[in-house]
Amino acid sequence: MNKQAELIKQISGVNPLKCMKCGKCSASCPSYNEMDIKPHQFVSYVINEDIEALTASKSLYKCLSCFACVERCPRGVKPGKLIDAARQVVIRQRGQEYLSPDEIPALLDEETPQQLLMSAFRKYRR
Amino acid sequence: MQKIGVFVCHCGSNIAATVDVKKVVEMALLEQGVVHAEDYPYMCSEAGQSRIAAAIAEKGLTGIVVCSCSPRMHEATFRKAAERAGLNPYMVEIANIREHCSWIHKDMAEATEKATILMRAAVAKVHLNAPLQAGESMVTKRALVIGGGIAGIQTAIDIADAGYKVDIVEKTPSIGGRMSQLDKTFPTLDCSACILTPKMVEAAAHENITIHTYSEVEKVSGFVGNFTVDIRKKARYVDIAKCTGCGVCQEKCPSKKIPNEFNRGLNNRSAIYTPFAQAIPNVPVIDTTACIKFKTGKCGVCEKVCQAGAINYKQQDEIITENYGAIVVATGFDTIKLDQYGEYAYGQSKDVITSLELERVMNAAGPTKGHLERLSDGKAPKEIVFIQCVGSRCSDDRGKPYCSKICCMYTAKHAMLIRDKYPDTNVTVFYIDVRTPGKNFDEFYRRAVEDYGVNYIKGQVGKVIPQPDGSLLVQGVDLLDQKQILKKADMVVLATAIEPNTDVRKIATMLTASIDTNNFLTEAHPKLRPVESPTAGVFLSGVCQGPKDIPETVAQAGAAAVKVIGLLAKDKLKTNPCTAQSDELLCNGCSQCANVCPYGAITYETKLINDHGIREDRRVAVVNSALCQGCGACTVTCPSGAMDLKGFSNRQILAEVDAICR
Ligand SMILES: Cc1cc2nc3c(=O)[nH]c(=O)nc-3n(C[C@H](O)[C@H](O)[C@H](O)COP(=O)(O)OP(=O)(O)OC[C@H]3O[C@@H](n4cnc5c(N)ncnc54)[C@H](O)[C@@H]3O)c2cc1C
Ligand code: SF4
Ligand code: SF4
Ligand code: SF4
Ligand code: SF4
Repeated sequence: MNKQAELIKQISGVNPLKCMKCGKCSASCPSYNEMDIKPHQFVSYVINEDIEALTASKSLYKCLSCFACVERCPRGVKPGKLIDAARQVVIRQRGQEYLSPDEIPALLDEETPQQLLMSAFRKYRR
Repeated sequence: MQKIGVFVCHCGSNIAATVDVKKVVEMALLEQGVVHAEDYPYMCSEAGQSRIAAAIAEKGLTGIVVCSCSPRMHEATFRKAAERAGLNPYMVEIANIREHCSWIHKDMAEATEKATILMRAAVAKVHLNAPLQAGESMVTKRALVIGGGIAGIQTAIDIADAGYKVDIVEKTPSIGGRMSQLDKTFPTLDCSACILTPKMVEAAAHENITIHTYSEVEKVSGFVGNFTVDIRKKARYVDIAKCTGCGVCQEKCPSKKIPNEFNRGLNNRSAIYTPFAQAIPNVPVIDTTACIKFKTGKCGVCEKVCQAGAINYKQQDEIITENYGAIVVATGFDTIKLDQYGEYAYGQSKDVITSLELERVMNAAGPTKGHLERLSDGKAPKEIVFIQCVGSRCSDDRGKPYCSKICCMYTAKHAMLIRDKYPDTNVTVFYIDVRTPGKNFDEFYRRAVEDYGVNYIKGQVGKVIPQPDGSLLVQGVDLLDQKQILKKADMVVLATAIEPNTDVRKIATMLTASIDTNNFLTEAHPKLRPVESPTAGVFLSGVCQGPKDIPETVAQAGAAAVKVIGLLAKDKLKTNPCTAQSDELLCNGCSQCANVCPYGAITYETKLINDHGIREDRRVAVVNSALCQGCGACTVTCPSGAMDLKGFSNRQILAEVDAICR
């Protein structure tokens, strides 16, 4: 059993086996064209325990955390949470687990979506 | 001179969107003898039929033409409507301006012209129509079911429960069919034998059911309500009345190297054998191609060991003749041969098997006593790959174009059962689509994935490559992850396409029932008459009509039984009055008509004929109108033009041709 795959499942609370490969998540994703590993593939990469590829993927940085995929998945799989968890794994590897609200203004730019901030708090909470 | 009414139907927009129906009405009124013509949106509706009745009464019509859909659809409807209005039903003609016209044309002017021509031809025919009276024939209150699988058994039980006698003719030594070979059954996973055996026993014990196993239908004649059937009861060489089913003969028989058909050839049986322990009847048969006594005259062991004295090497095939009112075909299916699918290495490796073979492997009474093991070395497989749609959904000449319908479900079943019993065996399924429509079916398949961790991969397998170490290398694709997959497996299971049993063609020919391009028996109407064949009195039950699982098979079997009961409940049937008749003055007694008649309706008599004052004895053809089905084969064969079909006489047909060419 792959530890990292287990960790991702634990952090995200996702049971990837529930996925029926319908593609609704990828069809809903606003960042689909930017991604190398697509939302429906987050699920199969975790099933196949190919976490190295997933964490190296540029999708980590292209996902907007809009959670359209989470909202629309007909089987409640929540693939967005998997990529979110993959980010967390990377962050933990780098030892950057905490973000103070005071640090945020300096990190902001015009294009940062609100949801990303919310997502950041979800990730960097203690 | 006839007084003819013409009724042009719009069929909603089906006809009226392509045919100018008003114009057809206008043209009809110009035809000789037409005293009334009208159009209406739905002639077949209550209101439409009332208009026809009203016109018949008001105008004193002697014949009518309905320009509408195919006569297969509504000829009977309009004939009945005319009859209720006091007109002989055979004074009704249908001009098919839908299937033959509006549905196949785009141009309105052309379609309208063709509709007009078809109307004219029908009017020309009505001029020569004469009232015909339907006769009556008796109904033999006994049914025949061909095939003793679950379909045949269920149909027979339902008919028998309604109080009618039923005979089952089963080709193999026992009833039970494919279901007796299965281990557990989806969607409930109950053991197949546990639900089938009681039904087999019920059929065998039923006072209204007679079972002829190891028997085949040899000849069928007659027609709905009155079939005569020859059944060949093949010699078992074991007396059914004496055998106690002890099985000593099979144990002692020295000829033991014959591939066991019931176990799909995965192990061997003896020359004298019962196919399986719960066989009904539990009486063996001797396979003469393998029996030493039959081959060399020596041996005779079974005769010596049989305490009951049941062995009889002198037994002969017996032909019995029975009469039936209805016949149900329930001949089932087999899996296709895989010779053309070399890429899966079936036949190269013993560890590549079909799903039906896996059923036998998983069955406690099977060749491995229910242990899941590789057939090459008996080792427990740790990696199993299932391949879906093998030979199904292939429009090339290797496979079948249709979906076999049952394999997605039975593969989910196999995968789940394996993961349940052998949790450290990994199961991977390569699929094109997972097709699981049915009550609780998708939930069943999802359980395999979510609760049992079966790995479903969207994509096909290109190749299975047997490895020197005895394993199998499976080369497939994961289309969603866009990766080619090379997977080592210990066992590969092929969800092999199913096809109708090969001798269904022979059966269909005997019954004049039709089969489709895939050899499935054709239903009279794909939606509205799904259990009746187009041949009156012949019904369809089970997979011989199309792929089905057990619940669907049983439902269809019950439906076929209801149709049979409906027929047998009648004391008399109306016969078709459109039968052949021969003109004694023209007949020269050549016998050609009798040779072509498929129903044996024509005989010859020597009669005193008065031919324009010359009186002489002549041999002439006589048609038995109770047997004649009006197929018309004799009329086109008769060299003297003496044979004619009532309702479809040569004069009538030529009048139609003339009207079309006018
Ligand atoms: C691998 C596999 C697994 C399956 N698992 C399931 C399952 O889990 N659940 C489920 O619902 N369904 C399952 N099925 C489907 C099931 O087997 C069929 O639905 C069912 O057997 C159909 O019954 P039938 O009577 O129409 O045909 P059959 O079972 O084929 O019976 C036909 C009978 O007619 C006899 N016969 C054939 N020709 C003649 C002739 N000329 N004269 C006299 N007799 C003749 C045959 O010998 C046979 O006894 C499975 C099928 C396969 C291949
Ligand atoms: S949460 Fe990420 S992966 Fe899901 S739809 Fe939004 S951008 Fe796409
Ligand atoms: S929407 Fe849900 S079920 Fe469909 S592919 Fe995406 S994760 Fe799987
Ligand atoms: S006579 Fe034939 S069937 Fe009987 S025991 Fe000998 S080989 Fe077997
Ligand atoms: S039932 Fe499934 S495996 Fe069988 S042919 Fe249809 S799609 Fe293929």
